[in-house]
Amino acid sequence: MGVEIRVEGLTKRFGRQTIWEDVSLTLPAGEISVLLGPSGTGKSVFLKTLVGLLKPERGNVWIGDRNLPQLPEDLLYETRKLFGVLFQDGALFGSMNLFDNIAFPLREHTKKSESEVRRIVLEKMEMVGLIGAEGKLPGEISGGMRKRAGLARALVLNPEIILFDEPDSGLDPVRTAYLNQLIVDLNAQIGATFLIVTHDINTARTVPDNIGLLFRRELIMFGQREMLLSSEEPVVRQFLNARRVGPIGMSEEKDVSELEAEAKLGSDPGKLPPIAPQLMPSDGRVRPTQHAPGSWLRANGVTPPPGSFIDDLGRDWVQEWPRYVASMGASAAAPGPAGKGL
Amino acid sequence: MKTARHGAAPSGLRPVADGAFNLLVKEPGRFFALSLDVFRALFQRPFQWREFIQQAWFIVGVTVIPTVLVAIPFGGILSLQMGGLVRQLGAQSYIGATSVIAIVREVSPIVTALLIAGAAGSAMCADLGARKIREEIDAMEVLGINPLHRLVVPRTLACAFIALFLNGLVSVVGIVGGYVFNVMLQGGTPGAYLASFSGIAQLPDLYQAEFKAFVFGLTAGLVAAYKGLNAKGGPKGVGDAVNQTVVITFMLLFLENTIISALYLQLVPAKGM
Repeated sequence: MGVEIRVEGLTKRFGRQTIWEDVSLTLPAGEISVLLGPSGTGKSVFLKTLVGLLKPERGNVWIGDRNLPQLPEDLLYETRKLFGVLFQDGALFGSMNLFDNIAFPLREHTKKSESEVRRIVLEKMEMVGLIGAEGKLPGEISGGMRKRAGLARALVLNPEIILFDEPDSGLDPVRTAYLNQLIVDLNAQIGATFLIVTHDINTARTVPDNIGLLFRRELIMFGQREMLLSSEEPVVRQFLNARRVGPIGMSEEKDVSELEAEAKLGSDPGKLPPIAPQLMPSDGRVRPTQHAPGSWLRANGVTPPPGSFIDDLGRDWVQEWPRYVASMGASAAAPGPAGKGL
Repeated sequence: MKTARHGAAPSGLRPVADGAFNLLVKEPGRFFALSLDVFRALFQRPFQWREFIQQAWFIVGVTVIPTVLVAIPFGGILSLQMGGLVRQLGAQSYIGATSVIAIVREVSPIVTALLIAGAAGSAMCADLGARKIREEIDAMEVLGINPLHRLVVPRTLACAFIALFLNGLVSVVGIVGGYVFNVMLQGGTPGAYLASFSGIAQLPDLYQAEFKAFVFGLTAGLVAAYKGLNAKGGPKGVGDAVNQTVVITFMLLFLENTIISALYLQLVPAKGM
């Protein structure tokens, strides 16, 4: 079971430039959360701050009773063993083959015999579909394989928290879909707390239990997926619609005159897209931490965008859900408007 | 008041002042902090013997041949220049002595410095810089492994360790080169060369040269680690870091050489002839 991460008032600056300030959120234990944001809003910086690679100017990152920014070096290295991080390009050690890369944490931190190491490494490699590529060097394989190898290495020590830095960057949509499915399956299997940093809307709409959005040096919103996917906040709407109309500009935020010009032209920011069904584990079973579809909307009396995949399956939704998904056929597994609207 | 203070300085001056502050205070401060961290990591167990031996072998590979190729002409040129001068003064029998002073005390640490900074330091910085931009260093930290202990300590020690041998190599090759040029090309006598050599040479000459080489090796390793681990901005950033490593190491090594030489001349009395 994963552990909860509590972030309080986190502020990061590089020199005079504030990257983001006063970010507070709680990543619930065992759930998948996604942090969205336009390019250059400091999503990767946030991830690195979370794991203690960068020191924030202010604020706390609580993991259990340990506050990461305040930890002495030896305890910090100890606490980091709770983490598995998938870096953007896998960050494999270029001088080692895939097997040695994945075995590296086991050889460094455990006293397991070489045969035991081999068993665990091959198990993780199978999990990410890399069997047969053990002897390859990172320079000899594709970007997608490097990412999967990076993921296997992040998994070998059975981490409680897994952080993904743009798992979809540089991958084609099909491979991204496979990777997303892998993330959901992994979460169902190991129950760790996941945080995915991305700007891929499709991933954000279908994978997580919770979504946050970073923009203009602050966390605009963080909460259950339905909260963000039904939000009328202009930034959220612009981002989810991938439109040019809205507060997000080409390089940074738009200034007042640009927004006024846009309003004069009567540019349409677009309607919110329907809430897509959440990706299910391959075995069709509901993950223990998954929220019932529509639960947040009903609890808060919010009407979802038309065409949303929301259905009231009652209290027994965990049992009902697989049958319901099966009755929806393939359309339920694919993102996009499907199912009955509320 | 705050705005007035800022407003008083022309805006163009501020970046310059920031740059100077960065160059004179922040950068040396960060370098010193890294050096202290490396010193602390030095005593962390287990020592990375495998990495140390691999790196030492790698440094030998990139430095030995250039060192020999630089040392031979160095010894020869010194012999030629000094030989002519010494002959004019009528002191041909002291030609061997010039080799001691010039080669053992000064030339060999300087040649070692050039090679350690230019070949070993730059290669080390490029390696660490490439690892940094590929996020390997971050990955290592996340996996709970201190890169200073794992990568920097064995590299820095290997650099210093090999510098000791390079210094010895330059001394030997330089003196042989000087001997060949003096005896074979300038008509000097072998006996005079050797007699004057042993007349003025003393063991502290070698000790101070080896001490210098060790300090140079440490400095080159630490600067390469500092610049490599702070490389940013993609491949160009690594190139810049390598370039800065070579320049900074050269400057530091020549400064250290001057200081150690000055101290040596003050502390160790010259041998009478």
